[in-house]
Amino acid sequence: MLNIKVNGQPATLPPGALVVALVATMQLEGKRYAIERNGEIVPKSAVDSTPVEDGDQYEVVIAVGGG
Amino acid sequence: MSDKAVAAKDAPLLIAGREYSSRLLVGTGKYRDFDETRLAIEASGAEIVTVAIRRVNIGQDPSQPNLLEILPPSRFTILPNTAGCYSAKEAVRTLRLARELLDGHALVKLEVLADETTLFPNMPETLIAAKELVADGFQVMVYCADDPIQAKALEDIGCVAVMPLASLIGSGMGILNPWNLEIILDRVTVPVLVDAGIGTASDATVAMELGCDGVLMNTAIAKARNPVLMASAMKKAVESGREAFLAGRMPKKIYQASASSPREGRIGS
Repeated sequence: MLNIKVNGQPATLPPGALVVALVATMQLEGKRYAIERNGEIVPKSAVDSTPVEDGDQYEVVIAVGGG
Repeated sequence: MSDKAVAAKDAPLLIAGREYSSRLLVGTGKYRDFDETRLAIEASGAEIVTVAIRRVNIGQDPSQPNLLEILPPSRFTILPNTAGCYSAKEAVRTLRLARELLDGHALVKLEVLADETTLFPNMPETLIAAKELVADGFQVMVYCADDPIQAKALEDIGCVAVMPLASLIGSGMGILNPWNLEIILDRVTVPVLVDAGIGTASDATVAMELGCDGVLMNTAIAKARNPVLMASAMKKAVESGREAFLAGRMPKKIYQASASSPREGRIGS
């Protein structure tokens, strides 16, 4: 298994997983979100071609109420 | 009827080349629920609404609506903010994520805070972040101190609007230094919007009477006893203040009374 961190929390994905699998796990498909992988933004156009690697750190964000 | 009897049609608010008919910008935080958020924002007539960018909670119920489903970017200009950022680095990183989230949308609200107690802007970090964001193609509306020198520096960097505080974020203390705002208005050519500190309708009116191009508020509406009614009051307050500014108030005359009724023809005279 690939051991990764998502929003500071440990998570696992099967070997060979792409970033789109993370999107699916978080049930964000079709919603507005943005993902950073190891400090670099993964454009939406690249989520299904970017591989997840062991030790990756992700930030997954959405828009929430704020001033 | 002379031309002067007809109310002058106001020019739209122009920010980064785009026209807005409402001069009231509103935040979307602190509401009881999304229903209240939507009703208050509709009542405010605002076209630009701010949002924050936050981590998705793992285990968040995916069937729950998302804020941008309530406030679709097709209908509102979404202004992502950097609330909660205490360094230029964090703010720039947050807005790059926001741009990706909003499909390349460049208009943003930059705020770099100095400390958790006052939420006062950290101006050195704000200037660093503004430079970096402008260079990266962002259109930056910037929360800043009510300091004319800093506001002018932000304009010189290329920010599309400067947004000095009226008083501390969420304090509802109103406009504490109208003189500084007037100096900023005098020296800065990009739109000047009062951001933070508005407490009630009259505060918004005063900001507009001073000549501000707009007002941004959140807590004054969201934490009113009746947020939807307050949103409606704020809409009118901003419009009233704007009209009074355009109309040009009468001069203040200390020690000189002037009766409104004729002096002649009083009975018994």
